[in-house]
Amino acid sequence: MYAKTMLRRPEADRLPVPTALNRRDILKAGGAGALVIGVLIRGGRAYAEEAAGGGKAIAPVAGDPPRPNAFVRIAPDNTVTVIVKHLDKGQGVTTGLPTIVAEELDADWGQMRAEFAPANAQLYNNTDFGPIQGTGGSSSVHNSWTQLRKAGAAARAMLIAAAVDEWKVPATEVTVEKGVLRHKSGKQATFGELAAKAAQQPVPPEVHLKDPKDFTLIGTKLHRIDHIVKTNGTAIYALDIRRPNMLTAVLQRPTRFGGTVKSVDDKAARAIKGVVDVVTVPQGVAVLAENTWAARQGRDALKIEWDDSKAEMRSSAEMLADYKKLAATRGSIAAKAGDAEQALGSSGKVVKAEFTFPYLAHAPMEPLNATVERAADGSYDFYAGSQFPTIEQAVAAATLGVTPDKVRIKTVWAGGSFGRRATPNGDYFGELAAIMAKTDQKRPIHLVYTREDDIKGGRYRPMFYHAMEAALDTNGGIAAWHHRLVGQSFMKGTAFEPVMFKEGVDATAVEGVADMPYAIPNLLVEWHDAPSPVSTLWWRSVGHSHTAQAVEVMMDDLAHAAAKNPVDFRLALLKDHPRHVGVLKLAAEKAGFGKTMPAGQGQGVAVHESFNTYVAMVADVTVKDSNVKVDRITIAVDCGIPINPDVIRAQMEGGAGYGLGAALRNQITFDKGIVDQANFDTYEPLRMSDMPVIDVHIVPSAEAPTGVGEPGVPPVAPAVSNAVFAATGKRLRSLPFDFDSLKGA
Amino acid sequence: MISLKINGSTHALDADPDMPLLWAIRDLLNMTGTKFGCGIAQCGACTVHLDGQPVRSCQTAISDAAGHEITTIEGVNGKVAQAVQAAWQELDVVQCGYCQSGQIMSAIGLLSQTPKPSDNDIESAMDGNVCRCATYGRIRAAIHDAANRLA
Ligand code: FES
Ligand code: FES
Repeated sequence: MYAKTMLRRPEADRLPVPTALNRRDILKAGGAGALVIGVLIRGGRAYAEEAAGGGKAIAPVAGDPPRPNAFVRIAPDNTVTVIVKHLDKGQGVTTGLPTIVAEELDADWGQMRAEFAPANAQLYNNTDFGPIQGTGGSSSVHNSWTQLRKAGAAARAMLIAAAVDEWKVPATEVTVEKGVLRHKSGKQATFGELAAKAAQQPVPPEVHLKDPKDFTLIGTKLHRIDHIVKTNGTAIYALDIRRPNMLTAVLQRPTRFGGTVKSVDDKAARAIKGVVDVVTVPQGVAVLAENTWAARQGRDALKIEWDDSKAEMRSSAEMLADYKKLAATRGSIAAKAGDAEQALGSSGKVVKAEFTFPYLAHAPMEPLNATVERAADGSYDFYAGSQFPTIEQAVAAATLGVTPDKVRIKTVWAGGSFGRRATPNGDYFGELAAIMAKTDQKRPIHLVYTREDDIKGGRYRPMFYHAMEAALDTNGGIAAWHHRLVGQSFMKGTAFEPVMFKEGVDATAVEGVADMPYAIPNLLVEWHDAPSPVSTLWWRSVGHSHTAQAVEVMMDDLAHAAAKNPVDFRLALLKDHPRHVGVLKLAAEKAGFGKTMPAGQGQGVAVHESFNTYVAMVADVTVKDSNVKVDRITIAVDCGIPINPDVIRAQMEGGAGYGLGAALRNQITFDKGIVDQANFDTYEPLRMSDMPVIDVHIVPSAEAPTGVGEPGVPPVAPAVSNAVFAATGKRLRSLPFDFDSLKGA
Repeated sequence: MISLKINGSTHALDADPDMPLLWAIRDLLNMTGTKFGCGIAQCGACTVHLDGQPVRSCQTAISDAAGHEITTIEGVNGKVAQAVQAAWQELDVVQCGYCQSGQIMSAIGLLSQTPKPSDNDIESAMDGNVCRCATYGRIRAAIHDAANRLA
C-alpha cells in the first residue's frame, strides 16, 4: 500500500559496513536471565546515556515511561526471539526479519522464533512512515534492515563480551557460528548458556555489520518460521480468539454507501435463541449473540429502514458515463514535460486508447474481525491482525472515551490483507469499539465479518477510467504521451492527505504513470477526482494495480505501431534505468521471448517498478475462441539483496496469482447504488485450474533490500493482455478482461 | 441434544439441529483449526472429513453429521496425513496459511482415494479450495511430493 512518495528513500541507501552505532539507538534490558536488546527509533527523545557516558546500560530519562523496547530476546532455553513490529499476513515478514537478526548474530536458524510487537508507536514505528506503527507499502524489510542488523550485531557483541568474561580470553579469539561461541582452547557455550551473563555487559558503542559476501543465512533457502503452525491447525488468527464469556457480533451495515439507519425493528431478532442484544451504532445495527450462527440468524431477522438521502444511488454505467465526461475536460496536472498536446497535433502516427478498471474487493481469506475485552482497571485489550496499530489504538480509544495508552492491541496471525486491514480511519476497530460502548462492557465482544459483509462492505480499489493518446517519432521512439485518469481519491480527508497530495494531485492515483521510466520528451498526465460515498482504499500495489496495465499495454501498442519487438522498443527508452533493463532482459531471455509460437498461442511482456522493486513478466497464453489459458508466467525481480529467495519467489507467485485472478473475472458493480456481488460465487477468486506455471528469477544485487509483497501484482495483467494480442491480434485493454470480445479471433 | 463424534471423542451439544457443523466445531467446541471462508461451499476453508470423506462443514448441518466419524485438522493422523503435512512443510507452501487446514484436509482425502494423482486429478479434487495467496503451484507440487513419499 501507499504510494512510494511516502516511501522516498535516500539514493545513498547502500550497505553501511561497518557502521557506527549511535548509542542512543540501542536499548538494553535484562530480566530473568535473558538478554534483551533493542534499537531505539531515531528521532525519539533523548536518553540518559548521553549524560551517563559510554559503557552503561541505557536508562530512559527520568519521568519517561519505561521502555521495554526489544527486538531481540535470547532466553536461557537457547531460543532467540525477534520481536516483529509488522503484521504477517502471509508475506513472510516473521521469517524475513528474523533472518536479518540471525545473520548478524550468527545464530542457528532452528533457534529463531518470532513474536508480534505490542502497539507502541514510539518504540515500534515504521521508520518509512513517520511516527506510525504500521505495515504497508512493501516497506517492512526496507525499514527494518539497518535497525535489525544493528540489533543482531549488538547482541552478538554482548555474547562475546560474556564469553570473554567467563573464559578470560581475548575477544578476538572468540568465534561465533550457528548459535555457539567457541575458543580454540576447546571452551564453548550456546547463546542460551551465556544469555544471563551477556545481559550484564555494556552495550557496545559501535557494531560491525557483516560484509554481504560473508552472509551465511541471507540469500539461502530457509524454512518459513510459520511453516509448521500453519500446517497443523495450531496457528491462531484473530477469528480464532476465544475469551471467557465472549459474545459474537455481526453488524448490519447500510445497504447503500452513504446510507444511515432511519428505524430498526429488532423484535424478531431478539426472539432468536442465543441472541443477547441488538445495538444501533453510527455504522449500522449490531446483533450480539452467544455464537456466530445465532448472531447471523438474528441479523437476518432485523427489519431496518435506511435513510438513503445522502447515499450513492448510481449504477456502474452511470458512474462510467460521468467519468468519461470528466475525462473530456482538463484535470489537475500530475506530470508535465515539453508540450504533449502540441506534439500530438503535429505527429504522424498517433495511438489512442481508453481503459476502464472496476472497483475491486480485497477479499482476504480470513474475513475482518477483532475482539475487545475490558479489564478491571477500565483499560481494554483488543485482539486482531492489526496492521495499523497506532491508528487503530487511537480510534478505539477515542470511541471508548479513554486515552490511547489504555488500549492494548495483541496482534495475531492475519489470514491475508492485501491492503484491507490497514485503513486511515481504523474502520473495523471503530465499529467494534462503538458496539462495545453501547453495551454494559461486562462481556468480551468479537465482531466478525461474513464473506458477504466483506464483499459488500466497501473500502474497494477505486474504479478508474484512463484516456490516452501517444505518438511515435520518426526514429521509432515516443514523441508525446497525453494521459488522463479519472478515479476517486481515498487519501482526501484522511490524515494522509497532506503527505499524499502533491500540488492538488493524489499521488496514489497516478503513481506508475506520472513517474513512468520511459524517455518521453512531451508528457502530460492529468487526474480528476471522482468523489462518491462508496468507500475506497489501497489494494495490493495501489495505483500500480491500474496504471501498469494502461502504460504497458500502450507500450505494446506503440511497439506494434513502430513495427518493433516490444522488448527492444522498451529497452531503447530505458537508457537511464538499468534495473528496469536488468529485469526486462532477464525475463525475456528466460522465457525465450520472441520465439515462434504455434497458432493460437502468444507471448506478452511487461515491466513495472513499484515500491522500489523492479519486476518484468512474460506471459505465455493459449487462446481458443474466447477461452484464454495462461500457461506460464516467467518473472524476473530485482528487490536488492535477496534476503529469503524462497519467500521472494512465493510473493512473486502469489502477487501474479492475485493480479491474474482480478484481471480474469473480478469486479464490484452497482445497481442503483446496491452492490451486485456478495460472495465467492459472484466474486470468484482465482482457482487452482486458473493458475499458470510460474517461473521466478531473482536478479543478484548489492542494493539495500526492498519489499516484494506488492510488486508482483502490476505487471501480470498487461503481460497477459499483450500475449493475447500476440496470439489473436485483438486488444484486451479494460479489466476484467472481456474475453467475449475475442470471439471469432 | 445432538451427539457428535469428533476426532474420536463424543460431544453432546444442546444446539439448533440446523446449525452448520463449522460453527459447532468453532464456537461451541472451540476447536479453531477448521476455518470459515465463505459459508456457501465455495472456498473449502471449512473442509473436514466425514467418515474419511472431505465435506464442507459450513454446509453440513449438525443433525446430518451426527452418527458419523468427524475428523478435523486437529485430529488427522496416519501415513497419508503425515506425508501431506511433511510435504507442505518441506515446500513451504503456506503464506497467510488461513486456507491451509482446508487444503490439507482435501489433499488427504484425495491421496487416500488416489495414491498417485495426475495433475488433472489434483485439479478436480482441489479446485473447490480457494487460496487468496495463490499458493496453488506449491499445493500441486506438495501433493505430488506427498504421493512420492507414500509410494
Ligand atoms: S466456508 Fe465452507 S466452503 Fe467456504
Ligand atoms: S495461504 Fe493465504 S489463503 Fe491460502
